[in-house]
Amino acid sequence: MSSSGRKLIPALALAFVAAFATGCAAENYPQSIFDPVTDLAVRVNDLFAGVFWWTMLVLAVVWIGLVFILIRYRDRPGAQPRKIYGSNIAEILWTLGPALIVISILVPTVRTIFYTYERPENPLLVEAVGHQWWWEFRYPELGITTANQLYLPAGKPIEVRLSSSDVVHNWWVPAFGGKRYNHPVTPVVDGAPTKKDYNVLYFTVDRPGEYPGQCAEFCGTSHALMRMLVVVQEPDEFEEWVERQRAPQVGLPAEFRTAEGEAPVGMAEVLARPAEELSLEAQGYQVFVRAGCAACHTIDGTSAVGVLGPNLTNVGARWTIGAGVMSNTRENMLSWVRNAPEHKPDVKMTPFTHLSDSELDALAAYLVSLK
Amino acid sequence: MATAEATIQTPALAAPKTGIWSWITTVDHKRIGIMYGVTALFFFFVGGLEALLIRIQLAKPENAFVSADVFNQLFTMHGTTMIFLVGMPIAVAFFNYLVPLQIGARDVAFPRLNALSYWIYLFGALFLNASFLLGAAPNVGWFGYAPLTMNEFSPGLNVDFWSIGIQILGVASIMGGVNFITTIINLRAPGMTFMRMPLFTWTTFVTSFLIITALPVLGISLFFITFDRFYGTQFFNPAAGGQSVLWQHLFWIFGHPEVYILILPAFGIVSDVIPAHTRKPLFGYAMMVYSSVLIGFIGWGVWAHHMFGTGMGPIADAFFSISTLIIAIPTGVKVFNWLATMWGGAIRFTTPMLFCIGMVAFFTFGGISGVHHGVPPASLQQTDTYYVVAHFHYVLFGGLIMGIFAGLYHWWPKLTGRFLSERLGKLNFWLFVIGMNMTFFPMHVVGLLGMPRRVFTYPAELNLGHINMIITIGGFLTALGALVFAINVIRTFRKGERTTDPNPWGAHTLEWATTTPPQVYNFANLPVVRSREPMWDHPEEMLAQTTGEPKAPIHLPPPSYWPIFTAVGVILAMALMMTGKWWPPLIGAAWVGIGIINWAYEPID
Amino acid sequence: MNHTAVAQGPNQHHTSTGLPMFKLGFWVFIGSETLLFGTLISTYMIYRGESVTGPFPKDIFSIPLTTFSAFVLLMSSLTMVLALAAVKRGDRKLGMRWLLTTAALGSVFLGFQAYEFTHFAAEGLTMGSNLFGSTFYLMTGFHGAHVSIGVFWLLALWLEGLRGGLGQDSAVRVEVCGLYWHFVDIVWIAIFTFVYLFEV
Repeated sequence: MSSSGRKLIPALALAFVAAFATGCAAENYPQSIFDPVTDLAVRVNDLFAGVFWWTMLVLAVVWIGLVFILIRYRDRPGAQPRKIYGSNIAEILWTLGPALIVISILVPTVRTIFYTYERPENPLLVEAVGHQWWWEFRYPELGITTANQLYLPAGKPIEVRLSSSDVVHNWWVPAFGGKRYNHPVTPVVDGAPTKKDYNVLYFTVDRPGEYPGQCAEFCGTSHALMRMLVVVQEPDEFEEWVERQRAPQVGLPAEFRTAEGEAPVGMAEVLARPAEELSLEAQGYQVFVRAGCAACHTIDGTSAVGVLGPNLTNVGARWTIGAGVMSNTRENMLSWVRNAPEHKPDVKMTPFTHLSDSELDALAAYLVSLK
Repeated sequence: MATAEATIQTPALAAPKTGIWSWITTVDHKRIGIMYGVTALFFFFVGGLEALLIRIQLAKPENAFVSADVFNQLFTMHGTTMIFLVGMPIAVAFFNYLVPLQIGARDVAFPRLNALSYWIYLFGALFLNASFLLGAAPNVGWFGYAPLTMNEFSPGLNVDFWSIGIQILGVASIMGGVNFITTIINLRAPGMTFMRMPLFTWTTFVTSFLIITALPVLGISLFFITFDRFYGTQFFNPAAGGQSVLWQHLFWIFGHPEVYILILPAFGIVSDVIPAHTRKPLFGYAMMVYSSVLIGFIGWGVWAHHMFGTGMGPIADAFFSISTLIIAIPTGVKVFNWLATMWGGAIRFTTPMLFCIGMVAFFTFGGISGVHHGVPPASLQQTDTYYVVAHFHYVLFGGLIMGIFAGLYHWWPKLTGRFLSERLGKLNFWLFVIGMNMTFFPMHVVGLLGMPRRVFTYPAELNLGHINMIITIGGFLTALGALVFAINVIRTFRKGERTTDPNPWGAHTLEWATTTPPQVYNFANLPVVRSREPMWDHPEEMLAQTTGEPKAPIHLPPPSYWPIFTAVGVILAMALMMTGKWWPPLIGAAWVGIGIINWAYEPID
Repeated sequence: MNHTAVAQGPNQHHTSTGLPMFKLGFWVFIGSETLLFGTLISTYMIYRGESVTGPFPKDIFSIPLTTFSAFVLLMSSLTMVLALAAVKRGDRKLGMRWLLTTAALGSVFLGFQAYEFTHFAAEGLTMGSNLFGSTFYLMTGFHGAHVSIGVFWLLALWLEGLRGGLGQDSAVRVEVCGLYWHFVDIVWIAIFTFVYLFEV
């Protein structure tokens, strides 16, 4: 055998270690698992590290043994191998040895398994419902629904209930420590998942930040484009966000708002207001009403309560459009609305090519203003 | 030299040996083995091409080399092809060619059934790939999780091709399994006790049991999908109470034994090849047998380790974690026994031996990441990422393919009377080693850095472009290795080094007690076996019996066209389900009935 | 000492175990069939009680009727045993009579199945109605298809007798047919117990 063969294996080993030692940090790799920010992630990584090193021991024994054997026992003139058929002691040793390693791995494993299913005290409840190809996030206790960008408070235990409205999805934010499947549920009247049909993840995020994630279970054409961002804030900032989301008429442009106690403005009245009087965003709202967007979308504070597509109440604050497809700018928003399938294959949102450029522009202005 | 043709004539021996018709009607296990091998290797290149197209698309972030839909068809077909059209059939090629020779038989128990299995495989493979012609290749992953496979989410023909195509292939596999179990139990030469059988025959035996028990589960599961899609049943409809998790359980109850079906033959091959090239007997024969059987049994109890992300609850997670880690033990025992076989040997670095070494090294590496997956909390990060893709490619390419190539290079001279070139063989090997590691090692990294599986693209912000480019280059190097193998094969046919030596490598098992290449009847007289290593312990005695004068009439089964006829009926019955009506498949069923009746009453002496 | 132990042929030829090839192979095949029916029956059991809408088993099962048809099938196994015994003894005519009787009893069973299916459909249970319908029809339909194939096999053997065959050398083939028939019967006993009787 060429000497290159003998050098290859140690080289591989070095590369292996180097790959792990080099900066797998989150700044370089936003979806790395090596920058854990939750208690769950820290436990998971610790367990993985322990298992990893045990298995590296086994690998080293096998590979070093192999290299030694290949060098020491290569064929030489006059070599007369002895006919050895086996050894009971050897069999016992290399059965018991791995068995002991297996037990050492299993003890912390079983403990951590139970830990991953343990419900903390008073968690904030979030429902993550997978759709082809976007994420719906509901806060049942807070009465808020949003999409694709999830806001959470740091330092508080969270319970994420995972389900799906169509096919199997898989909710994954690597920095949070793991993923579980979103299974479709047998629907009940109010649309909330029934107890036995949802999966759960429990964690507490230690520090604020923005943590990207995406769907990890193949769910159709645009599975790769089903991403999300989790925005973790200080608890008081999070409370402010909650209040903003729940403010009455939050999604309505200022020109259409009515004073507290008065009846909300009707659709006919909205459409009757002449465009010259209105800001671009308000004109955009008129387009929103005329174009029938409410058939699929909800904007809190307006009469739009469609549930087929993402809730758009704070769509302007999201890091991307279309669950990770394009950055969130007015031009991109226009382009998305005009022809979403061009940007996201097989997306369920139909194109709106019948709208004029100025209508689309106004609509985009309105949408990006929704923060 | 044996002149059985001159002294004893049977219809089979007198039948023409050349020409297409002789291959179409053959029931000779050696020819059927060659047909399986050629077809499987062809699809290895097809699956490899699909892989290269995948890698071109993923070489850069946000690439647009292929559309999302085409990509989804490519990765689905890559997996389906490699598992069902390559991995399993190439093993069957070896089962076919070698097992009768290794146990001292003239053919398998049911030669016509053997031929039928091949034709069904071929037609099924063509059916599945015909979907590309309609631009509707399966696109839901090789594992097709429900309810994505329902009409509502997959309205086209893609999933129909998938569910029907795999059912067709499953039928072929089950028939083969029945055939090999019966052969091994009932056709061993005198003196060939179970504990004298070569390891490859043992692993064939265990694999065949896994095949006949696991494939029916898949078959029924696909039946459910087909019925949901065509005939309105509700098996996986959530609105009716159907559970997506049931599909997962059913699929993986098949799917885990399936991976042992894939790897056990490679274990058997290297167990028989290493002794020949180190001139030392297999260390721990009994333990190798017992561990294979144990793996077969325990392999039924680990399936839900593919489902640790499903949230089955802590008791189920713990149970399957324990069973998964336990099964690592007999697997590890095999690795140690291979090392111990080489220890104290006289290792010749021939191409077959190099591939065995590669297999031991890289299968172990893949087994390590398998253990990582067996820890449910850690698996929560690893599952559905490229870490898993890395794992199974190490065990399948590093384990199965390297084992298969060891077998190809080792048995090629026996089959063909020519040696494959050692120079090209070594080049093949090193390109595979470098290419494979360059392709699949970085996948561990990229998976843990946040790249999920089955994605047609990934965003630039993840900074995974460079690593993906390295992976793609590695893929092309691997493909180059495969090309070198093809060149080796072609070159060998033209001017490969010839041999008529019955035992050119100095191996120990009975298939080497034949002429090179073997006569159609394998052995002039069936040998009386007296040891586990007959060709080391009494080679002259064996050869005198097996290549001398036949002392009794040799009966061989005559060729028959009923297997291919019946295979056409099977395909018709299954493919006509695509019409969505209940009666067209019955035409195929009637065709099959005609085939079977004629087959049953065909004179076979 | 040379044995021309040869592949092929269900009757003749030397085998390592002394078991005829066809019989051994068929036992192996039955092993795989067990998994087939096992998957169908398990799926039925898993989905039992999970149907969102009716009809439900309690509403439409007729235990008396099904008990009788199970009895018919059981008796057909008896006649099969008698057929095999006759063929082994070389009594072709008696063998043919018992084979025909077995086929007839099997057909009666199939008749009951056909009646049951049409009756259920009239009551609103089709395979698309709910999980109960899907699992029930697929499982019992698969079984019925197996019984039908068995009936064809029995008639083929009977025809062979008509043509002067079915001598003692055909005993292994009749035995294998019996093996198949008894297996199909045992599957019905399992279905009858786990599916029908469990609802009582």
